[in-house]
Amino acid sequence: MTELLAGPFATLAFGNFGAQFWIDVGVLAAIYGIFTAGLQLNVGFTGLYNFAQAGFMAVGAYAMGILTASAGWSFWLALPAATVITVVFALLIGAPALRLRGDYFAIGTIAFSEVIRYVIQNTPGLTGGNQGLLGFDEAWSRVADGVLEGLALSRDYDSVPLLVVGWVTLIVVLVVLARLQRSPWGRALKAIREDEHAARALGKSAFALKLQSLSIGAALAGVAGYLLALDLSYLSPQEFLPISTFIGFTMLLMGGLGSYTGVAMGAVVTEFLLDGTRAIELPLSDAQVAPLRFMIVGALLILLAVLRPQGLLGKREEMVLRR
Amino acid sequence: MLARFCTGARPRLQKRGVGRLGGGRGHQRLEALDSLGARAGVTLVVLVAVGAALSLPKGLEPVLQVSVNGLATGAYLALGAVGLTFVYGILRLMNFAHGDFLTFGAYMALLLNVTVGAPLLVAILFGVVATALLSVALEFCLWRPLRRRGAAGLQLVLATIGLAFLIRYTIQLIAGPDLQQLDVNVTSSYTLFAGVRIGRTILIAATASYVILLAIGLILRYTPIGKQMRALADNSDLAQTTGINTRRLITLTWALGGGLAGLAGAMYVASIGSFDPEFGFTLLLAMFAAILIGGAGNPYGALLGGVVIGLAQEWSTLFIEPGWKIVVGFAILLLTLLVRPEGIFSPAGRL
Repeated sequence: MTELLAGPFATLAFGNFGAQFWIDVGVLAAIYGIFTAGLQLNVGFTGLYNFAQAGFMAVGAYAMGILTASAGWSFWLALPAATVITVVFALLIGAPALRLRGDYFAIGTIAFSEVIRYVIQNTPGLTGGNQGLLGFDEAWSRVADGVLEGLALSRDYDSVPLLVVGWVTLIVVLVVLARLQRSPWGRALKAIREDEHAARALGKSAFALKLQSLSIGAALAGVAGYLLALDLSYLSPQEFLPISTFIGFTMLLMGGLGSYTGVAMGAVVTEFLLDGTRAIELPLSDAQVAPLRFMIVGALLILLAVLRPQGLLGKREEMVLRR
Repeated sequence: MLARFCTGARPRLQKRGVGRLGGGRGHQRLEALDSLGARAGVTLVVLVAVGAALSLPKGLEPVLQVSVNGLATGAYLALGAVGLTFVYGILRLMNFAHGDFLTFGAYMALLLNVTVGAPLLVAILFGVVATALLSVALEFCLWRPLRRRGAAGLQLVLATIGLAFLIRYTIQLIAGPDLQQLDVNVTSSYTLFAGVRIGRTILIAATASYVILLAIGLILRYTPIGKQMRALADNSDLAQTTGINTRRLITLTWALGGGLAGLAGAMYVASIGSFDPEFGFTLLLAMFAAILIGGAGNPYGALLGGVVIGLAQEWSTLFIEPGWKIVVGFAILLLTLLVRPEGIFSPAGRL
């Protein structure tokens, strides 16, 4: 999809930015798409304002990184272990916090997310702190190099394997979630979103269902986290600021609440606006371009909230306004 | 949600009924006042007791020193928190852009103080007025249209987050991401007592903040406008039926909240020395903690909550690295949410 969007532009206006640039944008779109798929499940379909997604992403990324680089685990074993650890963190905050009402849950989860980030920053012995964490991607590099050789691609295309893995993962995740949504389990989640008390009166355990939804959402953030780790090949707490969560929400609103197709579209469009626009030559320094990109996120969030809260592809009736 | 609200409210109604039989409305009001005063008193006693307990292993002097620092931090947090809690009480709006109002006030003060070269006091006043104006302008351009569309919940929260980014990164675009400093004396300091030192600017700024906080407390308690604001924050439907001009009060609330946020930001950066465009957002969660401790919507609670957070953060430096200070604020926020989300100054069951 990125290629479709980017192709004509790349040749027209952004001559300096070759395929490599757009591959990287595509990788980020896939990673944040997986991240946002979790938000869609939580926010769009369960009515849970999960603001800890960046924190869960950090847990997934660092769990994989620490297990591989410091504890000497096999990379392939560290991936499922990191996912499990992320779910444990989701249970840790979810179990006590789920009884909180909408905006209180949002504040509680954003605080949890920030606690995670500061703990990473303040425990350099374990996480490398602000120096960052390195040396967890050897196993992946060997695979990626093998794929590059197999496809006879040059080093310029070294992100292609991650692009493929990212997009295949995203599509599988979205298809599975969309199917789950049509199952009795998915319908029960929606019932809770619409009227928790009615759902409980029908014998559904709102608490258990919400906790399951949060855990799956967090697990997806964990997956996005270690894909991001592979993309960056180092980890630093600065990658997991609350702004990542808010970028996820921008993608969510962009694509539309209650639409899994919208997640992929929102991820591509938002990523294009955020990173793709770096290809536009502006008479500005790098120090000025960075805030400009975040101003775009802010303006988009306001515009979407005011004009089209259900998102571009979203359905009005899928949106819970009052909570 | 409605059902939970009703079940939460029912016991209170019953209690009130019983009270009315016993002693009439005046008696009731007195009791409510007493309980607020009593809770505040207990909190202060607990704070002093914790301070005293800390000084047993750590010695009196270091504890007094960090307590003085904590009271100073608490003053700025309280200034910021009062506006945040009022906006929540009246509009049910958790304003994630409030921290960036502090940043805005600080940079407006910087603009006048350093770029233009005006005296610090004038610059701070300019920061206060500019932030109040921004806050009121947003009421007219953003919040009122959103309310008219019936926006609530996620829609409002995301609009405040978008606004937070827009303010912060517009500032960063213009002023740059580097550390800035007001033209202020940060080196000279006084010895208060027993070797406890405090910076000259911090002493002035914190004292001024407490005087202003006290003044606001008195205004809220005794002036008609203050009573109307509290009534609106407590129960907006009921306040509206008693003929309060809600539109005017909402505008006034934004002006007050914005002005106090600008003041808090300008005072904070004058005290700590250097700052960047991120500082307001870093303080936001501490301010949320302050208003939740006090019970969201309760201005007196926010005042005391700010002091509690300020002290707790500074006390923690006696035991752990200062880098963890900010985590202490978040931990208190989480603990309050999980243990007593209605705050320690509010009757239980308001959520």
